[in-house]
Amino acid sequence: MGATDAGRCDADGVACMSAHELDARRMLCPMPVIKAQNEVKTLEKGDTLAVICTDPGALHDIPAWARINGHQVIETEQVDDELIITILVGE
Amino acid sequence: MAIKKHKAIALISGGLDSLLAVRVLQEQGIEVEGINFYTGFCVEGHTHAIRNKDKDKEKRNNALWSAEQLGIKLHIVDIIEEYKDVLLNPKHGYGQNINPCLDCKTFMVSKAVEWIHENRKDGFDFIITGEVMGQRPMSQRKEVMPIVAEESGADDLLLRPLCAKNLAPTKPEREGWVDRERLFGFSGRSRKPQMALAAEYGFEDYASPAGGCCFLTDKSYSDKLVDLWDSRGSREYELDDIMLLKVGRHIRPKPEFKLIVSRDAGEGQFLTGYRNQYTTIESVSHNGPLVLVDGKMEAADMPLAAAIVARYGQGREAEKVEIAITSPKAEPSNIWVQPMRVDAMPMEWHV
Ligand code: SF4
Repeated sequence: MGATDAGRCDADGVACMSAHELDARRMLCPMPVIKAQNEVKTLEKGDTLAVICTDPGALHDIPAWARINGHQVIETEQVDDELIITILVGE
Repeated sequence: MAIKKHKAIALISGGLDSLLAVRVLQEQGIEVEGINFYTGFCVEGHTHAIRNKDKDKEKRNNALWSAEQLGIKLHIVDIIEEYKDVLLNPKHGYGQNINPCLDCKTFMVSKAVEWIHENRKDGFDFIITGEVMGQRPMSQRKEVMPIVAEESGADDLLLRPLCAKNLAPTKPEREGWVDRERLFGFSGRSRKPQMALAAEYGFEDYASPAGGCCFLTDKSYSDKLVDLWDSRGSREYELDDIMLLKVGRHIRPKPEFKLIVSRDAGEGQFLTGYRNQYTTIESVSHNGPLVLVDGKMEAADMPLAAAIVARYGQGREAEKVEIAITSPKAEPSNIWVQPMRVDAMPMEWHV
């Protein structure tokens, strides 16, 4: 389990933003929040992290966590029983 | 010359006291960030919301909610593994149930000390908690408060804004980082002073856990945990074990296994998530609960388990009920049983 890196770079090779993914399926809150928090610590401002989880509690907790810590939830998607919550990393 | 703004890390449980403790210091211009420790036993919005009857309660994490009210950052730290030693070997023993409150408090404050060192660049100067003297029988008696400060290694960098005036001045007070006069001297079990202060600050809708901040203070939960340890002959546990103790009816017809019977659709759905790890039993011919088997159930025990499961379904009055028993990754084996009569089930099977 962990984040997969699917970084995108500018033509000159300078990283401009990278998209990451975190598997938090079957974890109960607050574990998806804790995993997301720890992953975000390793990322840069402007990166995104898509957290894939199954506990609906995350729909409330991840945005609350993002708000208070200066990040932004930019997309929330539900695919079957899975939720994909995408965070844009802030400061 | 600019005056250095002092910074504190606050232990946030999600209850009223830590909410107030932070606000008291914010009023004095102290910058605060919160830290919340997740032991796996925490009483927390979503676990309550598993049951249907609690579905309309707001599903929120109280620590995150508190931080948002206060406008502070919150760091949530997973201490599930390290906490096992605190729970299994508490130096100061247990409270009324298997709550090792004094060791737990000390451990959490020591983790906050560690946090300050690890995040030295962020310049935290001291630690605060929402403790109120004499509020909890075990961890907040006057004579034990210095124990937490000393054994955690926080010493006089541990400030309790709500009861500071009952204790010797700490370094933040002596150095004038905070004004001791504007701290409080709350003591005793009455919640009135805190409620008055909450009203003054305009806090509403805060969480007010009755027993404590975790399931270990709950008798029925503690009994289930002790039963689990006894039946396994070992006190080891995993996160799934302690989560499952929070849901369902637990029935132990034999020392080797117990049945976890969902009480409503919400719990049934929750237990469904464990199908690939546990053997499940459910009624096929009638509606009924989803049941998880925890432990070792022999083939000879299946009719007994099936009869119990049938007793909790709509076929309880029927002559025969068809029951499916499914092991992970196997096809179900179906049997017909006569549901166990309600009065035939010994009370001591209920954990
Ligand atoms: S109630 Fe639980 S979390 Fe709170 S101090 Fe006691 S053991 Fe620790």
